[in-house]
Amino acid sequence: MSNVLVISEQRDGAVRGVSHELLTAARSVASGLGGSVHALTVGDSTPTGADALGAFGAETVKVVADDGFSAYSGERFAAAIAEIAGGGDYGAVFFAATSQGRDLAPRVAALLDVPLAGDVTGVDVQDGGVVFTRPIYSGKAIATVKPTATPALATLRPNVFAASESAAAGSVESVSVEVSDVATATVTSFEAAGGDMDVAEASVVVAGGRGLKDPDNWNLLTDLRDAIGNDVAALGASRAVVDAGWRPHGEQVGQTGKTVAPKLYFAVGISGAVQHLAGMRSAGTIVAINKDPDAPIFQVADYGIVGDLFEVVPVLTDEIRELKSGG
Amino acid sequence: MNIIVCIKRTPDTETRISIADGGASIDPSGVKFIVSPYGEFAVENALRTKEAAGDGNVTVLTLGDASSQETLRSALAMGADAGILLEGEPTQDGLATAKVLVAELEQHEPDLVLLGVKAADDDQQQVGPMVGTLLGRPCVTAVSAFTVENGVATCHREVEGGTEIVEVMLPAVLTITKGDFDPRYASLKGIMAAKRKPIEQKEAAAVESRLQTVSLELPPERPEGRIVGEGADAAPELARLLREEAKVL
Ligand SMILES: Cc1cc2nc3c(=O)[nH]c(=O)nc-3n(C[C@H](O)[C@H](O)[C@H](O)COP(=O)(O)OP(=O)(O)OC[C@H]3O[C@@H](n4cnc5c(N)ncnc54)[C@H](O)[C@@H]3O)c2cc1C
Ligand SMILES: Nc1ncnc2c1ncn2[C@@H]1O[C@H](COP(=O)(O)O)[C@@H](O)[C@H]1O
Repeated sequence: MSNVLVISEQRDGAVRGVSHELLTAARSVASGLGGSVHALTVGDSTPTGADALGAFGAETVKVVADDGFSAYSGERFAAAIAEIAGGGDYGAVFFAATSQGRDLAPRVAALLDVPLAGDVTGVDVQDGGVVFTRPIYSGKAIATVKPTATPALATLRPNVFAASESAAAGSVESVSVEVSDVATATVTSFEAAGGDMDVAEASVVVAGGRGLKDPDNWNLLTDLRDAIGNDVAALGASRAVVDAGWRPHGEQVGQTGKTVAPKLYFAVGISGAVQHLAGMRSAGTIVAINKDPDAPIFQVADYGIVGDLFEVVPVLTDEIRELKSGG
Repeated sequence: MNIIVCIKRTPDTETRISIADGGASIDPSGVKFIVSPYGEFAVENALRTKEAAGDGNVTVLTLGDASSQETLRSALAMGADAGILLEGEPTQDGLATAKVLVAELEQHEPDLVLLGVKAADDDQQQVGPMVGTLLGRPCVTAVSAFTVENGVATCHREVEGGTEIVEVMLPAVLTITKGDFDPRYASLKGIMAAKRKPIEQKEAAAVESRLQTVSLELPPERPEGRIVGEGADAAPELARLLREEAKVL
């Protein structure tokens, strides 16, 4: 019997929604291991939403609330998590494959001296052991890997495990940890990228490429995004338009940009180079709008329109706006 | 300024991947290999840092088989000063790789260790912070640009929704992501010079992989898509399908 620990990330004093996806995945593993699911969150206070993690299956919610954790530090947070994860009977520890989770999990793995499976898209228990599936070669192959040391550590790709509720006790318990002084890096400031939703977190992505011809034409895409709702949709971009300076790098999707798995992905004026596909081939539904019927993007698209984006997109935006308002 | 850059030999991003007999590795025949793209960004950053400092030394380090000589030569042709090849077989277990690299890094006293944010084959995104932790040095991940002044690196770290400005005292470990500039091309002179630059080649420390590859598969084919129509006339039908059939709007 062993339990599964989910590291629940905080942002601006609240637990992040991706924690619910992690708890959902953790439940199936915990039942395979005959244990239960625990959540752990580290910060300077008890975050909003900690008491709601029980609804997604957390038996206990461990909260480290200490002024020493007011700002994120990979070194200090990893030390705290390793202490708790190493001190309990854990068969697996899950992190979200977000900027913070990807920074944190490898450090915890090194401190606990166990391997880590990164950017996992499937979890299972076989013969009493945890196995993970994960895309490799930028999604051109899928590997099934089995850690031979416990706990089994993994970062789970956001948006892949659909969150579902299943009530457990969810008792919130405060824990304290001693972290010795370690050399750390210090965050001195943050430059927000306009406050728009991040492409890696959105459930709908409206991505544009060189077919838009000029950065001034992006209003076509912002209008489409706004018609869908800027609380769920974000803008994405091909590398060609990022390298041309038309769009910020934060928006780049692909091999050397972000990997996204939204429910819906629009590729507008994007040819569909293999390095672009590397970042978005695991999207739920892919829509391509391109004037070239032979563009490779049509090979992965679920729905395509062959045509001039300057004519198609405004009509599509109006239609979607109408659908949304008509219900 | 003494900089060591960890780079890896990986298949070209254009390469078609097929699975070898046995089902647990890729078929290497016909695969073209390159320096993993983020590793190339790391080399570029190292060279710029050395140039800005006006002196220093850039060493490239890799764990791989004998053909990783080529990978090191490519980085030497870009301008790195020396290479170290740890002969061995990298696996998906990034901690095993990190241990091998750290055993070597500890023999040197680098002010900076640079790695790519991820390798283009196993995509684990882990070796950098593992190296930092094992060395007991601070590590900043996903750095798109940095400058070094008075022993402190000021880094731009790319996170959801923006960029953090992070300061770290050297010696430190940074993982590099794509920034504003492309890796330089090797000049003919650079390629000639690279032939005379030293590459030290030795057996890698033996570290067992504890992340077994059970199987490899090609990703499921996406179901055959459909062209809804041509031009703006098809847009209303597309909106309807997204709402009623795909149920994503
Ligand atoms: C190591 C490496 C890493 C890379 N990483 C990435 C990455 O992370 N992300 C990425 O995106 N790329 C990446 N690339 C680059 C990639 O190979 C392509 O060059 C890039 O994706 C092309 O961008 P694009 O589709 O916008 O431009 P193009 O390939 O030029 O395509 C533009 C498309 O717009 C269409 N079009 C033009 N006008 C119209 C119109 N009026 N209406 C409708 N359609 C129109 C055209 O038919 C064409 O298909 C990488 C390359 C390398 C070598
Ligand atoms: N075999 C290796 N030799 C040298 N550096 C490596 C090796 N594997 C990974 N790295 C470095 O670690 C980074 C991250 O790799 P990964 O964690 O495997 O995605 C790469 O970009 C390289 O800089």
